Amino acid sequence: MIINMGPQHPATHGVLRLVLELDGETVVSVKPIIGYLHTGIEKNCEYRSWMQAIAYVTRADYLSPLFNELAYCLGVERLLGIDAPPRAQALRVMLTELNRIASHLVYVATTGMELGAVSVMLYGFRERERILEIFEMITGLRMNHAFIRIGGLAMDLPEGVEEKIRDFLEVMPRRLDEYEKLLSHNPIWVERNLGVGYLAPERAIELSTTGPVLRASGIAKDVRKDEPYCGFEQYDFDVVTRTDSDCYARYEVRMEEMRQSMRIVGQALDSLPGGPVMVEDPKFKWPARLKVGPDGIGNSEEYVEHILGGSMEALIHHFKMVTEGVAVPAGEVYQAVESPRGELGLYVVSDGGYRPYRVHVRDPSFVNLQSFRDQVVGQMVSDVIAIGAALDPVMGGVDR
Amino acid sequence: MTPEELVERLGPRFDDISLAHGEVTVVTTRERLVEQLVALKGDPELGFDFLADVSGTDWPDRDLRFWVAYHLYSIEGKHRLRLKVGVPENDVHVPTITEVFPGADFLEREVYDMLGVEFDGHPDMRRILLPEDWDGHPHRKDEELGGVRTQYKGGAFIPPIDQRLHK
Amino acid sequence: MPVERLPGVVTGKTADDLEEEVRRGVLLGSLDWAVSWARKQSMWPATFGLACCAIEMMSTGAGDYDLARWGMEVFRGSPRQADLMIVAGRVSQKMAPVLRNIYDQMPEPKWVISMGVCASAGGMFTNYAIVQGVDTIVPVDVYVPGCPPRPEMLMYGILRLHDKVQKEGRIK
Repeated sequence: MIINMGPQHPATHGVLRLVLELDGETVVSVKPIIGYLHTGIEKNCEYRSWMQAIAYVTRADYLSPLFNELAYCLGVERLLGIDAPPRAQALRVMLTELNRIASHLVYVATTGMELGAVSVMLYGFRERERILEIFEMITGLRMNHAFIRIGGLAMDLPEGVEEKIRDFLEVMPRRLDEYEKLLSHNPIWVERNLGVGYLAPERAIELSTTGPVLRASGIAKDVRKDEPYCGFEQYDFDVVTRTDSDCYARYEVRMEEMRQSMRIVGQALDSLPGGPVMVEDPKFKWPARLKVGPDGIGNSEEYVEHILGGSMEALIHHFKMVTEGVAVPAGEVYQAVESPRGELGLYVVSDGGYRPYRVHVRDPSFVNLQSFRDQVVGQMVSDVIAIGAALDPVMGGVDR
Repeated sequence: MTPEELVERLGPRFDDISLAHGEVTVVTTRERLVEQLVALKGDPELGFDFLADVSGTDWPDRDLRFWVAYHLYSIEGKHRLRLKVGVPENDVHVPTITEVFPGADFLEREVYDMLGVEFDGHPDMRRILLPEDWDGHPHRKDEELGGVRTQYKGGAFIPPIDQRLHK
Repeated sequence: MPVERLPGVVTGKTADDLEEEVRRGVLLGSLDWAVSWARKQSMWPATFGLACCAIEMMSTGAGDYDLARWGMEVFRGSPRQADLMIVAGRVSQKMAPVLRNIYDQMPEPKWVISMGVCASAGGMFTNYAIVQGVDTIVPVDVYVPGCPPRPEMLMYGILRLHDKVQKEGRIK
């Protein structure tokens, strides 16, 4: 019997279509059909300037937008041969680790809801709101921030945010204990997750799986430790692995990763260096020359006077910066970061112009979905939901 | 292994090898692609056992128009390599590497979908992101961006951003 | 008063007629109001979360910005049990027939909220892959702009829809 779990389904993470071939209740084979959220982000990036493409790349994997931006900006910075200042690097680490916690909270919330623990959904989103409030204070938006820019960050931290983050770091461990009390030894949770969706380590490597799915199979591959970026060498954290390779192990890995991320955020906040958050080159620093006016963000009056009344050259320069942006030397680079779902790689190709020539997002969920078939064969229909939830695919990244 | 050591080790095997921005890139032909990948995967020192990415780029001004880039990674040695293969416009076929790296399944389908590069021997060579009956391959440089064109200001046509200047 | 203006044609209402009419009008009028009130008080949304806006929609349904205050926290899985479709997220060309299918499966009366700029007008993605506005596929009642709209913005859109339902009440 062939069943279609259509793209609109309360329990498939986004618009994933699964065509299941069943024999009674056991799954014989599955065909995941994707593409229902294909947005043409990569093609669209080729028609925008280097800085504008950040707003597009952000929306690929929409649960971890800062990671998309980080990978893209690091790649372009490598092509340009510049380095963001140390304060920007530390803040990037802090923001992305907070994003990792937020993304894992969505995993816990939606997985809980899909497996029947509806109250976990409310708790997960309650915690996530705290993080989104912090993001809103810093970047101005709750999601899809476009805050990490080429050369650093768009703006520095506002007042009062550090305190808010420390409050969050104080409260969160108790909340995580609450989740573990609710779920970890819950007989229903254990029954539905333990031994479900086994993926052998060798097979996982063959299928290019990364992230918590791979680490739950025992292989300690983490881009933050293997190829550190943004100064990750200086932070003290553990790469979490388990050896069971089933859905329960992936749940444990993600819960522990949240705790490790909180460690990193605390260290980043404690050792935050002073200085600018953007490279001093005027080609990049432009958006940061804004001033907080009475109604929010506004133009810096002295700057406006300078370019309109002062030198003509400054006006021309400003015009060129706004319309064209920066020209990146020809070359290609592949920048990998460790996103909550695995290795997020951005392959950026430049032909020396003012616009990207080719931006390819190597999304971890897209590649991890290939292991879905191997995990599901021989399991029951209800396990399909558990396996899909433990893979944690985000269809925005899968389809781009 | 540092990129420089990698260049040394791979130098004899590849004619076209370069090092830029801390990354090693080799160019090979489609005839030798699969055997070289098998050799790289099986090599005890290099050990490229992980395929990170397969992506395609369109360079309409070159003889070999479509370039497929394979990004390899070694989990033990923690080094990366980029392998590029170029194919001309009139013969857009590349042998599949799904025998060597099963993880190339979806990735190759995406390159086919977006660029039209056919991978011979792929178990399921169909479109993956666009509808099955879609016409054209969007990532080619001669395909339009699409969308809605706006005309205003008394009939004067202001070209959409994909047709304005700025090289 | 009944008068005969044309030969054989009597027009006008007697006092009894008027009374009858007022009574019926008031009855139907309040019935209209009552039914609309009932419809808007527990409008059940169908899950149609596609992309980033879906996460904001889930946040709106969660504890901090509670949709249960208006009886809407139960997102029905089956469109046959829903009367509101919140199109949350970018609709790709492949998804468009599915969207229309789900809309057709919903029973009357039904309403559509287009959440976010991608659903309302294509958003920042003016390209080959995204439908430039779902109103080309389904009739939309309320457009909520934003990328993604804050939960408060979505709630405002929902409340405006409630006002619209209340005002438009007519027994069909």
